[in-house]
Amino acid sequence: MSSETGKILTTDGIPLEESLKQAEKKNKIKAFLLVAPLLLFLIITYMIPIGDMFSRSIDDKMVTNMLPKTYKAMENWDGKELPSEEVFEAFYLDYKILVKNKTAGKLQTQLNYEKNGFKSVLKKLARKQKKFEEGNYKEQIMKVHKRWRNVEYWRAIKRRAPSYTYSKYLKGVDMYSNEDGKIVQVSEDRRIHRILWIRTVEVAFFVTLFCFLMAYPIAHLLATLPMKYSNLLMICVLLPFWTSLLVRTASWMILLQQQGIVNDFFVWTGLVADDNRPEMMYNKTGTYVAMTQILLPFMVLPLYSVMKTISPSLMRAGKSLGATPAVAFFKVYFPLTIPGIGAGCLLVFILAIGYYITPALVGGASGTLISNQIAYHMKSTLDWSFASAMGLMLLTGVLAIYWIYNKLVGVDNIKLG
Amino acid sequence: MALPKYTEPHYRIWHYFYLLICGCVFFFLIAPLFVIFPLSFNAEEFLVFSDGMKRLDPDAFSLRWYKDMIYGTKNPWGLAARNSFIIAIFATLGSIILGTLAALGLSSRHMPYKGLIMAILISPMIVPLIISGVAIFFFMAKVGLAATHLGIILAHIILGTPFVVITVTATLSGFDHSITRAASSLGSSPYNTFMKITLPLILPGVISGGLFAFVTSFDEVVVVLFLAGLDNTTIPIQMWTGLREQLSPTILAVATCLIILSVLILLTAELLRRRSERLRGINR
Repeated sequence: MSSETGKILTTDGIPLEESLKQAEKKNKIKAFLLVAPLLLFLIITYMIPIGDMFSRSIDDKMVTNMLPKTYKAMENWDGKELPSEEVFEAFYLDYKILVKNKTAGKLQTQLNYEKNGFKSVLKKLARKQKKFEEGNYKEQIMKVHKRWRNVEYWRAIKRRAPSYTYSKYLKGVDMYSNEDGKIVQVSEDRRIHRILWIRTVEVAFFVTLFCFLMAYPIAHLLATLPMKYSNLLMICVLLPFWTSLLVRTASWMILLQQQGIVNDFFVWTGLVADDNRPEMMYNKTGTYVAMTQILLPFMVLPLYSVMKTISPSLMRAGKSLGATPAVAFFKVYFPLTIPGIGAGCLLVFILAIGYYITPALVGGASGTLISNQIAYHMKSTLDWSFASAMGLMLLTGVLAIYWIYNKLVGVDNIKLG
Repeated sequence: MALPKYTEPHYRIWHYFYLLICGCVFFFLIAPLFVIFPLSFNAEEFLVFSDGMKRLDPDAFSLRWYKDMIYGTKNPWGLAARNSFIIAIFATLGSIILGTLAALGLSSRHMPYKGLIMAILISPMIVPLIISGVAIFFFMAKVGLAATHLGIILAHIILGTPFVVITVTATLSGFDHSITRAASSLGSSPYNTFMKITLPLILPGVISGGLFAFVTSFDEVVVVLFLAGLDNTTIPIQMWTGLREQLSPTILAVATCLIILSVLILLTAELLRRRSERLRGINR
């Protein structure tokens, strides 16, 4: 103790409080440095790319970059009457470069999305513009096609000016913004995405439900049996859990095919006629059956780990107080397992909603889900911005479910095995 | 689970009914795996049990699909297996190193913003794989690592680390920190303390996390589908292609090998779990 300050000092004369603070700070930095490599790695290779998906999904610079002069000239145009000579000239110059570089086709397609019939007008201009003389481009362009006198077409060009768009998101829910800038639904026969969203949620929901109904009894059995039996039965849960997803999907493809064992069994029992074997694969049935079996361990394990902690004497106490076994179960046992049910359902639902491999292999056309659509646009149509938009919509959904779950049940440690 | 003698008849019936349901579910879980086994020894090209197989005729069984797997004409499996193992081993090592370090930091009580950082670290596990695949593909394409082994290894480290972080943090939650303080007070350097005290105690968690990371990498298709070129095909990619085009018995031979591998992994994981439980029992 130093007599002047009344503060406790360490041996080197620094007040203890300060010294502790320093040590604390050092420890904080030390702990943070341990986490830093992984954190940095994930931020660079994972978090930023997900953010990049967002900028890709709203990116619409293609047309803007193709017509730089036009958009500069259009800045002062109010869009009420035909634009001035200046705009016509700028457009002519931009378009000339595009035709020369053989990239005019892209512009034609893009503008045709905006206004039907634009393609033919632009194609005609591409042919005629070679003979254009210098000066008075407005007259010359309007002579090529009478539609150039129609202000609607110029407005369509102007509408493409902003270099970002939310049209991909609208497309994801089968909507688009029409010529007047209003958001409307696409025609009925082209509403494919909404069906996919509904089907994805439906499949995820029912798979979760089936998993729950099947997992609850066996988790209960595993938790109440003596160790030596339950360890053996646990292998039935863990072996599929550790086995390759593709192996399990392959085995379902063998089982469910028309000449497969399940169908053989149905014929043998006389449920179906031999020449009338039901189609169980390449449709929703296949998706349901295979996904339920594949995701079942993810429901059993959290349920098991919760049930393991419930003392059997609680049920006995309930019964000794006069409850029938059914009442004791629903009033005592079931409420205690709710954290396990919550964790299992969350896990299975989130896994199911983003499922890709199994639906792609056994789902056929009527059993594919939203992930398959994302992969299709990534690999086949190469419409990456649309794939990003759909991916982010799916991600938002998953995070919302996670958030709701966190509010309702609370995310404690996610248990594995 | 024998019933006591005084059980009333209808509860007795209910009990047997319950056991029957459980039996059916266990059958549903495990039976599909056993279909693959006999069919992979089929002498014929079809994926159904031939009459000869039903009679257990030895001529109906053969190893021809296993031979095809190893010596087949085009034989994509050799290259795929080599790639799979190289990628999985390096991805596992990377996940273990990064994940264990992060778990050590996270379980320190001085760690600031613990919740947020934990959320970021385990996010690759929560985000649907297809989205991770798209995002990682964009990154790898930008830095020129698409269609390289390194790119796939990095992608699998991203997917594998959450498992290591979770298992090691769980092991560390029962860890008595006064042991490391005792070591330090006896003059051990931090590195020495980690290697001689901490690591042996958390090793079961590290290894089981590593097993998860290994299996995740070894079994992963979605991300590799986006990333892989012709030279980086892995076993799952080959299987995926095979299953999409034509189910051949060779795939079943590969599948049988994979099942045997997963049995081995399961046994290792179980042994580790028991060892870890035993160790924690001593600590208590």
